This record gives sequence, structure tokens and C-alpha cells, in this order.
Amino acid sequence: MKSKVQGPKSKVSRADDGVNLSVQIGKLTLQNPVMVASGTFGYGVEYAQLLDLNQLGAVVVKGIRLHPVRGNATPRTAEAASGMLNAIGLQGPGVDGFIKKYWPFLKTLKVPTIINIWGTTVEEYADVARHFDHLGGVGALELNVSCPNIKEGGAQFGTDLKLISQVVTACRKVTTLPLITKMSPNVVSIAPFAKAAADAGSDALSIMNSYPAMAIDIETRRPKLANVTGGLTGPCIKPIAIKLVWEAAKAVKIPIIGMGGIQNAADAIEFMMAGATAVAVGTANFYEPQTPLQVIAGLREFLQKHELKDVREIVGTVQAAK
Amino acid sequence: MLAAPMLEQTVQIVSNERDTDSYFRLVLRAPQIARLIQPGQFAHVRVLPLKDALLRRPFSVFQVSGDTFSILYKTVGKGTEALARLRSGEELSVIAPLGHGFTVPKRGGETPLLVAGGYGMAAMYLLAQRSPQKGIVFVGGRKRIDILCEKEFEALGWDVRVTTEDGSHGKKGLVTQSLLAELRRSRGNEARTKTKKSEIRNQKTEVNQSLLTSAPTRRMKIYACGPTGMLKAVGKIAGEFNVPAELSMDEHMCCGVGVCLTCVIPVKTGGGWEYQRTCTEGPVFDSRQVEWEVVK
Repeated sequence: MKSKVQGPKSKVSRADDGVNLSVQIGKLTLQNPVMVASGTFGYGVEYAQLLDLNQLGAVVVKGIRLHPVRGNATPRTAEAASGMLNAIGLQGPGVDGFIKKYWPFLKTLKVPTIINIWGTTVEEYADVARHFDHLGGVGALELNVSCPNIKEGGAQFGTDLKLISQVVTACRKVTTLPLITKMSPNVVSIAPFAKAAADAGSDALSIMNSYPAMAIDIETRRPKLANVTGGLTGPCIKPIAIKLVWEAAKAVKIPIIGMGGIQNAADAIEFMMAGATAVAVGTANFYEPQTPLQVIAGLREFLQKHELKDVREIVGTVQAAK
Repeated sequence: MLAAPMLEQTVQIVSNERDTDSYFRLVLRAPQIARLIQPGQFAHVRVLPLKDALLRRPFSVFQVSGDTFSILYKTVGKGTEALARLRSGEELSVIAPLGHGFTVPKRGGETPLLVAGGYGMAAMYLLAQRSPQKGIVFVGGRKRIDILCEKEFEALGWDVRVTTEDGSHGKKGLVTQSLLAELRRSRGNEARTKTKKSEIRNQKTEVNQSLLTSAPTRRMKIYACGPTGMLKAVGKIAGEFNVPAELSMDEHMCCGVGVCLTCVIPVKTGGGWEYQRTCTEGPVFDSRQVEWEVVK
């Protein structure tokens, strides 16, 4: 009887096919453009038994602020058509807890770790950035200015041009690590926000965070989330994210990491054609942990099929007249 | 930090049949997983034909037999309805075994008291089967069709006590009332035994009232699985009788492997409490560790 094992060593061909998958995010070189989205991959160690983390472009950990965070009440997630809502509330161990509990494992990886950081004040963002700058060995910092599920911090910064600029400027002053600003989709136009982050010294942009949303249980007439509203993720948001990446790519020159509902290589290629230099797999990790490795393998196949030698050749190649 | 072994596999359905009026029994061929499963652990199942309901569904492992393991499920939504349409020979994606299960009772140790609300029975069979110490199984449900596995537990030589809310099967009432009655009875016996001993020693002869309410019933241990309301009541009773209790907590789950932080419950820490994951630190928690004031 058949019983296919999808263990850590599956899927990604270590091909000497002359195809370059490597990309650059600021001064950070990634062996391939496929990373995982913050909040969907824990601290890496949780998935270490199911896939070889060293095959990824980078591991991006869940958002960390200075102090431990308890998070929101339950229920924290709810399934939606082709997606899900979440309102976790950035539960986390804080800087010291993270360094003690998770860093010893992460620093053994051959691929870069990108730390997603947040705070409730501009000063806290800078403080957390400074801690990780001093830690040594961190690949980059992703500034979470776009979480929709916390009262203070998060999207409050990412939807205000002055504040987004202040957060990036403050972090830029305290670290030479590449800074990636994670953008909120909840703005009228993303271009000025992308420009503000780039002008303040951000090396790259992550587009996008979850989309503010709500769902109701019609039997109890209560919201499906204890937090009432949450962030929508999964394949249902992909077209929104593609548009935002496309708009931001026209507005700034810094690299964009595209994310929002990526399930396979075709989705990743779509993001890259819209203008993303790299991509992140998010919600799909929850239901199919092999997705990032499948995307890497599929990217390579696509390049071979189209006789392309370098993944960067597809970035921003959408033929849009507008 | 080293996690218990887990595997992600595409496995074949051996059978998927209606077991009783309201439950289905799904048997999967997965030799490596079957070998690893411990009582109280669960399998995270992805119904591959579902295209718009993407998330996996967690199910307690019911039985393990050779190269196969089985789960019991009720059709309650999109996922389980799609599952019920699958036939033998078709495939499912499974991540298992997952979670921190029950402590299997030791021979000559405490008498296990298993408490299950309906569907919770499924999570308890493996525990009863692997326990060298037999005990009592308390099973309750709303009505007769909610009562599962009665015969299976009897076949293992356990004393099965059935309760239904409508009285259509077994005793009328709640499963926790049945547990409470047993603990009171055993406490009474204990008190009487102690009184007799003291009579022999010509000491005080009256039954000490405090013995009836706070003295530990050391030779018993509760294991429970069911809806949160039932677990809360079991936790309270266990506390009152000072009986240790391991509870398999029921919380909505998403990733199943500890990354999404959906399935958390409040657990006591040094000075206060923190949210811990049902899928990783649980689903089985020591009742005394749960911060019941915060549990909804």
C-alpha cells in the first residue's frame, strides 16, 4: 500500500541547471526569493520536523516587541471562503524570551532569519531594533507597522504618513541591518506610504499585511472572533495584494517582498511579474507546510520551461498599459 | 525544545463508514504514524478535494490497529461533510501524531476514572486499552445516539456508567453528576474505613466532617475529554475531592503544530497566567494548571 512520506528532504531539486534563483534585499542575499510570512511560521523550530528550513530563502519570525505579550482572547481565528480571519494580538515572548528560547535554534540555520518587530511607540521600535542589532547574526528586521489586531502600535503607524516615516527613521538610526517595512493594505493609495518608508531609509517593503475584516455567526449573532474584527488572509486576498505590489513597484525603486494568498509557484510568479523581487508564503503554511518548497521547485521549473537563466528576469515584467 | 515526532503523509482511506446513527468511523492506512500514536494525541486532516475551505481539521485518534488508525467524527460542517463523501482507496493528507497526550496509568497505581462527553469517548479508548489498570468509564450525552463505544469499553473489561440528559439510555442526568456520586460514595467508604480503624484504637469515633470535604482521594485519577463546560465541571469536582485530573481541552484549532496561536487556553504561571497552545502544550493539561476563571 502506498504511503508517501513528505519528509524534510523532499521537493526542492538541488539542480545544477544554471538557473539563478538568488535575489538581493538590501545588502542581504537570499539563495532563492521564497520566504515565509511573519506569524505563519512561528519561530521556525515548529516546522523543523516537516521541512528542511535551509531550503528556504529566509525564515521570518512572528512579531516581537520589547516585553512578552499575552495576546487576544479566543476565538482568535475563523475560516472564510478561500481564506481565514485572524486576531491573535501578536502574542509573543518579548525580546529576552525570544533570544533565550528561540535564537539558539535559529542561529544554527544556514539561511537568514528576519525578525519582525513592533512597538507601541516610535521609541520602542527603535529599542527593539537596537537589541537585535547588538545580538549579531540577524539577517534583517521587518518593521510591523500594519497589524490590524492590536489597539496600540501596528496599523496605527502604517496608515499615517508621518508616523511610518518616524518609525523607519528611528530604526535606521540604531541599526545597519536591512530594514523591511511591512505595509498595511488599508490605505487609499499605497504609493505615498511606500515612498515615505523608502525615503526614511527602508531597504525593502513587504506587501501586504492582512486586510481588516469581520465575520458573524448567524446562530449566535456574535462575531466569530473575540476581537470582533480581524485580518483576512489566504488566497482570497491575492488579487488585492497583486495590485498593491504593482502600484508600489511603480512608486519606489527598493525591492518589494510580495505576499498574500500564495499557494503555488504560479501565484509567486504573478507577484514577481507585478514587481516583487521576493515573495513570502503565509496562510498556506497552516494547511500545507510543504508549500514554500513546492513554490521554489515550481519557480525553477517555470524558468527552465521559458528558457530563463535568472529569476530576476521576470520581476516587474507585467505588460500593463496603464 | 525537541518536539515529539510528527509526520506529514498522504495516506489511503481503508474505510469510511457510518458507525452509528450520528457518527462516522474513518480508518486510515499509515504504518509509521500508527506506531507513534500515544493516547490523547490527534491527527490533523486535510480533505484534499476541498478547494475553498482550506484549513485542516483536527481529530482525536480513536483506535490503532496494526498499520492503521481510526478516527470518529460527526458531520458538523463543510469539512466533515466532504470527509463523509470520501470512499476507501481515496487519499487524505495527514499530519500526526500531534499534541501532548494522557499519562497512561500504571499497574497498581491510581484507579483511572474516565469521563467523556459524547464525542470525547473517541479520545479515551486508546487510553483505556493501553492502561494495565482497569477503572470506571463515565460517558454522557444528550440522548441515546450520542453515546459511543459503550460496548468497546465493556469489552476491555471496564465498568461503564452511562448517563443521558433525556434519560433515553442509562441514568438520567449529567455525566458529571454520575462522577460526583461515585466520588462521594468512595469518600464515604474511605471515611468509614478510617472511622473503623480509629474505633479499634479507641480514639474519637465520630466521622470527621472535614474528611468528607477536603481529604485527598489518593487512589483515583480522573481523565476527561468533552465540551469545555463539562471539563470545567470535572475540574471543579477534581479540585473539591483533591483528585488529580488530566483534561483534554477543546479549543478551536488552525495549524495544529504550534505556529498560529489560535488554540490557546489560559494556563497558570508563577504569578499569573499565560496562553498556551492546545495543539502543542496540550491538548491534555493538568486540571490544576488551567486558569478556570478565564476559560469561557
